[in-house]
Amino acid sequence: MTNSDINRLKDKAFQVFGIFCTFIGLVVLAIFLIDIVAEGITRINWDFLTSLPSRRASRAGILTAWAGTLWILVLTTLIAFPLGVGAGIYLEEYGRKNRLANFLEINIANLAGVPSIIYGLLGLEIFGRQMRLGGSLLAGALTLSLLILPIIIVTTREAVKAVPRSIRDGSYALGASKWQTIWHQVLPASFGGILTGIILALSRAVGEAAPLIVIGALAYVPFTPSSPLDEFTVLPIQIFNWTSRPQEEFLTNAAAAIIVLLVITFLLNGIAVYLRNKQQKKIRW
Amino acid sequence: MSKKENKLEAKNLDAYYGDFHALKNINIAMEEKAVTAFIGPSGCGKSTFLRTFNRMNDYIDGFRIEGQILLDGRDIYNKDIRVDELRKEVGMVFQKPNPFPKSIFENVVYGLKIQGIKKKSVLEEAAEKSLRHAALWDEVKDKLNKSALALSGGQQQRLCIARALAISPSVLLMDEPASALDPISTAKIEELIYTLKNEYTIVIVTHNMQQAGRVSDYTAFFYMGELVEHNKTRTMFTSPKDERTQNYITGRFG
Repeated sequence: MTNSDINRLKDKAFQVFGIFCTFIGLVVLAIFLIDIVAEGITRINWDFLTSLPSRRASRAGILTAWAGTLWILVLTTLIAFPLGVGAGIYLEEYGRKNRLANFLEINIANLAGVPSIIYGLLGLEIFGRQMRLGGSLLAGALTLSLLILPIIIVTTREAVKAVPRSIRDGSYALGASKWQTIWHQVLPASFGGILTGIILALSRAVGEAAPLIVIGALAYVPFTPSSPLDEFTVLPIQIFNWTSRPQEEFLTNAAAAIIVLLVITFLLNGIAVYLRNKQQKKIRW
Repeated sequence: MSKKENKLEAKNLDAYYGDFHALKNINIAMEEKAVTAFIGPSGCGKSTFLRTFNRMNDYIDGFRIEGQILLDGRDIYNKDIRVDELRKEVGMVFQKPNPFPKSIFENVVYGLKIQGIKKKSVLEEAAEKSLRHAALWDEVKDKLNKSALALSGGQQQRLCIARALAISPSVLLMDEPASALDPISTAKIEELIYTLKNEYTIVIVTHNMQQAGRVSDYTAFFYMGELVEHNKTRTMFTSPKDERTQNYITGRFG
């Protein structure tokens, strides 16, 4: 074999390896989806979505779980959105580039990697015990906000950084203050990116069970929450609970609930992709 | 012809980026309603100097100046000068056209809107007046609500000029306003400068000797952070006093 034959062979080998790598993830995901859908799709009906939990699998529904998820979603957005975006803008626009800024930057990146259960423990102590919020929706939303804040801060900074210097200069040269420049130029131009980051962060929060279990969210809640201080459950906890039951019927319920959770997550991701594309079309520097 | 007033003045001006001494003891006076061109090789400090007149260097970490910059005899680096007020008086046009990603109309009235002017009739009137002034009105009057980013480079630059004129400054700073444009657009910008000097004091940085010769009444030559020579453009181009000026304008270096 000549040298060039060997090179060609290596090239081919790597291609095959690459295809294998690409497909293994997709295949596993496909098998999982098919399995879940086959098991759960027939269980999804109006009653399942609107019934309270029950000891009998055939009568149990996910009303309280998805209502709880929705509450958590809204409350977490209300808390994490202003805090994360505010911090991101401050760090990028106002914060001086010095050692302290570097230190903060590294630590925010580190925080994004802290396991969610640790945030659960932190939330339990601060929100649950010190602030006496117990296992309420508010405590859960605050905990999840802590969890996704680093993601929002980092994506906000990236989006703000992408706005070119020349746009800011143009604004300043017309007599605009820093805040006016941020409000009228930087934020509108970076909003698509910021929103995308927030939605992706939220879709992560929606799938979390561990930190909420730690702060004391319940698996069995026989009512839908009517205020942020009510106790609650969410879809992942409901799923976790059902999968740990011995009866076959509960596993079907869990599969059906997983489908609902997946639909919510895909919807959020879809919105994020849509916004990103729309933004890219609208603004070309 | 009566002697015109000095509009802009620099007195014993030194500027630094950190340790780098960018401008060295500059003394210059520029007269009202005339065009002054700053020429000189890259890195000679002419853009830095231009940007001291509307304090655009303020945002650069480590930048500081010593000495005075006077606008109508007032020191613009004085503590009681408000930078936003100063920039209403001293407009700026940048090297690369930088329209905001908004409609043409919104671009022109941006400076007025941030001053809190909301009345539609006032804004519309100002927009038309500024666009006419910048010789752009006929080309855009039917598409004021279209995105400014859809305009050609030359149109964008004239839009940026209109935007600067809308807040009625008395000084217009131009930092190589035509260097990113094709020859036809460049000619339009030069024509525009020629008409604008009836009302505005214009300072233009340029790399193009012919351009400096065509548009300016006065020329200032900068070299290594120093102001080498400042004179009537015609005098400077025909009989420069300093050898460095002579070498530069005849293209021997730069």
